[in-house]
Formats: sequence, structure tokens, C-alpha cells
Amino acid sequence: MSIKDGRRSSERRERRLGVSYAAPMGVWFTVFFIAPLVIIILYSFLKRGLYGGVEWEFSLTAYGQMFNPNFGKVLLRTIWISVVATAFCILLAIPTGYAMARSKHQTLLLFLIIIPFWTNSLIRIYAWISILSTEGFFNEILKSLGIIDEGLHLIYNHGSVILVLIYMYLPFAILPLFTTIDKFDFSLLDAARDLGATKFGAIRLVMLPNIRSGLLTAIVFTFIPIFGAYTVPLLVGGKDSTMIGNIIVDQVSKTRNWPLASAFSMILTLVSTVGVIWMMMSSRKEQAQKKNVTNQQKTEQNILDHHTTGGEA
Amino acid sequence: MGKRLKGVEVTAGHVTRSYGDFKALDDVSVRIEKGEFFSLLGPSGCGKTTLLRIIAGFDSPDSGTVLFDGKDVLPFPPEKRQSNTVFQTYALFPHLTVYENIAFPLRLKHVDKQEIDRKVREYVHLVQLDEHIDKKPNMLSGGQKQRVAIARALINEPSVLLLDEPLSALDAKLRQNLLIELDELHDKVGITFIYVTHDQSEALSVSDRIAVMNHGKVLQIGTPYEIYEAPATEFVAKFIGETNLYPCTVTSCERYNDEYMMTIDVPSLGRAIYVTDEEPMEIGRGLNFTVRPEKITITIEPPSKQKAGINTFHGIVEEPVYSGFQSKFYVQLDDVGTVVKVFKQHTNFMDDGPEIEWKDLVYVSWSADDGYLVKVIDE
Repeated sequence: MSIKDGRRSSERRERRLGVSYAAPMGVWFTVFFIAPLVIIILYSFLKRGLYGGVEWEFSLTAYGQMFNPNFGKVLLRTIWISVVATAFCILLAIPTGYAMARSKHQTLLLFLIIIPFWTNSLIRIYAWISILSTEGFFNEILKSLGIIDEGLHLIYNHGSVILVLIYMYLPFAILPLFTTIDKFDFSLLDAARDLGATKFGAIRLVMLPNIRSGLLTAIVFTFIPIFGAYTVPLLVGGKDSTMIGNIIVDQVSKTRNWPLASAFSMILTLVSTVGVIWMMMSSRKEQAQKKNVTNQQKTEQNILDHHTTGGEA
Repeated sequence: MGKRLKGVEVTAGHVTRSYGDFKALDDVSVRIEKGEFFSLLGPSGCGKTTLLRIIAGFDSPDSGTVLFDGKDVLPFPPEKRQSNTVFQTYALFPHLTVYENIAFPLRLKHVDKQEIDRKVREYVHLVQLDEHIDKKPNMLSGGQKQRVAIARALINEPSVLLLDEPLSALDAKLRQNLLIELDELHDKVGITFIYVTHDQSEALSVSDRIAVMNHGKVLQIGTPYEIYEAPATEFVAKFIGETNLYPCTVTSCERYNDEYMMTIDVPSLGRAIYVTDEEPMEIGRGLNFTVRPEKITITIEPPSKQKAGINTFHGIVEEPVYSGFQSKFYVQLDDVGTVVKVFKQHTNFMDDGPEIEWKDLVYVSWSADDGYLVKVIDE
């Protein structure tokens, strides 16, 4: 009895200490994450100041201004570019993750995926400019092969924006997919084929449903940053490939309409939040199912044990 | 289940399969009869699973043939063969319920919905899972999962059921029960079963015939009785059950009724002993002598009947091991020091005689008929 009590009080003490362990992290997040978020929320409901900044007066003007058809166009464009880029990322990441999970050289391949992160993203975008531009690497090769006479316009359009976005965010899709596929039991594919499925059918009917959590994570991890991208459309996009991220930058630095910039930021935050909640809910559902299962298994095991011992007696 | 399905004869001819330098299968030939319960038995890495995977179509041989009823099946992928597999890890689809798992092969074939429902329920009933039909696999116990795997493999009405160590993940008691169920199921459906296992007692208890494999080769094919009583090679003798096995040389051989009585010189035992065999051996031939521990009698008094053909040795009990229905004794022989394993069955109280204990001086004896000469000495 007393031992139990002692253990319990020490547990309680540990729990109290846990708060202090987490304190630095908590302070950090409050100061650098929550506070800016509150400021943005606040600003989006205020009146714009004449030369930037805000006037402390409640107003919904910023949200009204968002319904400008020009902004609507940008919003729609942002959505479709993000959807297309995310879709390509996922489509490329599934076979890549599969190949990595089945490879003997996993560490090496993981390493290769991570290497690009060692270089600043801006530098990598500039590298793409020198690859795609009219006098760039790609065009020069085609020219020297005699396939074309004049450089093709490969850059400063929607296509180049999507291409570079895919390049930038593909690893964020590959990594979670790789980890889930790596845990996938490949004998299930053998089983599916044994039972009459074709190679592709086995992957569609058995593997994809079982790597759902990885797919969700990959979608959220790529869609959210792509939706908020602004350097890529700024550097490799044309005049008409601006995305929401560019509007926010413009509203802050050029037009100096901080409430409007905040309102657009709110949209980005909302999209991310919805995505993350979606991810969390489905993973929680999965976990709840598993927990439920283990409990049930335990009781069943008890019943089974009971039966067998009963049978013996 | 009413109707019996049709089995096929499965023939593997000169099958060879290498992975780099490693020869998983080295010129393996087996012929498995229609409707037979056939086991591939051997230690891990002996090639038994590779052979099963080649028959199923998950792997293809470097050379050799695989025939179902005389027809070459090697060109066909697994989904086009009349075989289905029960995997070691069950390989149930975790996102589907028991019902959906079993319905999976039928849904792939676009079978009529009502027909699927009827058949799934029939097979669920066959494996006695009626009350678990809507559960997901992770809510089932190991034995139940295994039954789902069997039902799912059988619903396609295959001609061969391939079982890849299906019981190895279960505990010993459950394994025994499921083994009996499996045997009953085989009698019910009547198709060919090919059962891969490393557990000799499993193989002995259910198989019609067994192929013992090691290092990618088939060492012996025979009924459980033949394999246990007349092991063809040293490896088979050691792998199946427990035994005492010593190298020996034939010193004399003469006809004795319809058998041959031989004296063999066994250096480990320190002298020549008697053994009978169905065929004569040439004098001077080097062989292995084996005698099963349960065929040796252990007594404190010298055996009374000193008739011809009884081999008797004296020694000291070094290690008595009580294991319920029997006791094991490790008896060290005088002079030579060789340890002989002796198993004594506990029949009933009156029969047991004086209890034999640690460091007791005892006689061990066996009849010449109970010894056996193993013809092939493994390299």
C-alpha cells in the first residue's frame, strides 16, 4: 500500500517536473509563433494606416477587399497550381518511396534525397533559371543536337512554376511515403497476386489503402508549403503566375495594406489548419481503432486461456 | 462442405535456383501425388520455401520444370496458376474485414454478388469463424487469422494449397490443435497440400509423405515411418527426432532368417555390436550406426535375457531429465566415455521399477533389430 502511494507521489512529482522541462519550448512557441499569429489575426480586423501599419479601429474592410476579382483570379490560380504540383509530387513520390523501401541501399538513397537541403533554396531556384532560360543549359543542349534553332521559352510561365515547385517539395512527399511503405508488409502484395490480382491491381487494392496515413502526410506536407509559396513564382514565374504568397509580400512591402496582407495570411493559415486537423483526425481514428483492437484482443486472449485451462481440468 | 475439390499432381523436375553464389535449390526433383498431404521439411535456409515460392509462381527457377498434371506452369504468373498460398505471416489485408478478405479473390473475378455472399459464408463456416465475420484481422487471435488465411486461399477452389510454415507463429498447444484441424480439412477438400515446415514433429504427424531437404538438396522422400525408422542419410537421422549416431565399420555379415545379421565395429562404443538390416553390407564398409533413444532399455540390474543380438553396455547416469510422460537419461559409458541418450517412457506406477537417479550405475541395452545402418555419410 505504502509502496504504491510512494510510487504515485513520485510519479506526480515527475509530472510536475515535466512542465518545467517543457517550459523553454512553451515560451519559445508563445513568443515566436503564437504572438505573431495573434498579431496577424488582430491586424486583419483593423483599418489600414496611410503609410503602412494599422489604425486601431475595428473594420472588415480587408476581408471585403479580398473579393476583388483580381485577387479571386490569383486565389483560383494558387489553388490549381498547388493541386497540380501536389498531385505530381505524390505520383512521383509513391514509386520512389516504393523503390527506396525495397532497395538494399536505403541509407544511401535517403542521403541522396536529403543532400539538396544542404543548399539554400534560393540558390537552387537560380540554378533552375540557368537550366531553363532561353540561353540555358537545356536549350543549349537541344541546339547543339540540332533539334531546335532558337531557344524555347521554358521559363517565366505556369509550367516552370509548377516544375520548380515539384522539384522543391518532392522530398517532403517522398520521405513520409517512404517511411510508411517501408513498414508495409510486402508479402501482402504476393498474397494479392496469389489470389488473382495483377501486379498493378495488387498495389492499387492492397498497398494504397494500407499506406493511407503516409499519403495524407505527404499531401499535407507538400500542399501547404506550395500553397504559400512566393519565391518560386517570383523568380521563375511570368507576369501572370503570381500566387497568394506574392500578394501578401506586395501588400506588406509595396501597397502597404497590412490588414489585407494579414487577411490573406489568414487564408493560408486556415488552409494549413484544416489540412493538419484532417491529418490528425484520420491518424487518431486509426490509432483509436488499434487501441480498441488491442483491448479486445486482450479480453479474447483471456477467454481463450480460460477455455484451454478449463478444457484441461 | 459436401463437394470435394480436384487435386493435381505437382512435379518439380531438376529445379535449380541460385541467388548469387548461394545455391538455394540444387537439382531438386519431387513428384507430389494428386490429393497428397506432402511436406517439405528442413532447417531454415534449406530451400524449402524457395521451392514453394517457385511452385506458387513468386520466384522462377534458373533451370528445371514445374508441372501441374503434366502441364508446364512456369510461363504463368501466380494469379494464373491453380495454386493458392497460406503465408507464414498470414498476409491478411489489414484494411479489410474477415468477410472482405475471404471475398477478395471472388471480387477480383467479378463474381455475382449473391454468389460471393453464399460462398464466403460457406467458407467462413468451414473454418468456424462465423461470429468473427465482420472483424478486422487485427482483432483476431493468431489461430483465427490463420483460419481466415486458409479460407481465403481455398475459396478460389485451387487444385493445390501451398502452406508456408503456417503454424510457426503460434504457441505449441494451439499449433497441435490447428494441425489436427488442417489434417481434417485436407480430408474434407481432397486437394493436394504442400506443407513447408522446419518442425519435424508437425511433418511426421500429418503428412502422407515427406521430403527432407538440406543445403538445397532433397535427401530423402518417404512416408513419416520410413523417414523416422530408416533415415537415408546422416543428416536425416539427426534432424528427425533424437538419436544416437556413431560411425562404424562392418566386420561380419551373415544371413539371419529373412534379414542379415551383422557385427559392426563402433569405435565410440569401444567394441563391436550386433545390428540387423534387410540388405547385406560388404565387410570393411564404413557407415553410420544409429539407435533411437526410446529403443534403448535402461536398468540397474543387468538384463536377464542374454540372448543373441542384444547389445549391452554399462555406464553411469550423468544427467537425468524428467519431462512428464518420459524421462531422459544421458548415460556415460565405462572406459570409452561416450554419452548415450536413453528415453524411458513412464507407463504406469507398477511398471517403472526402482527409480534411476543421478550417478546411478546402470545397464543400457538394445536389440540388434532396433539399431539401423545409415548408408549415406554426409560430406
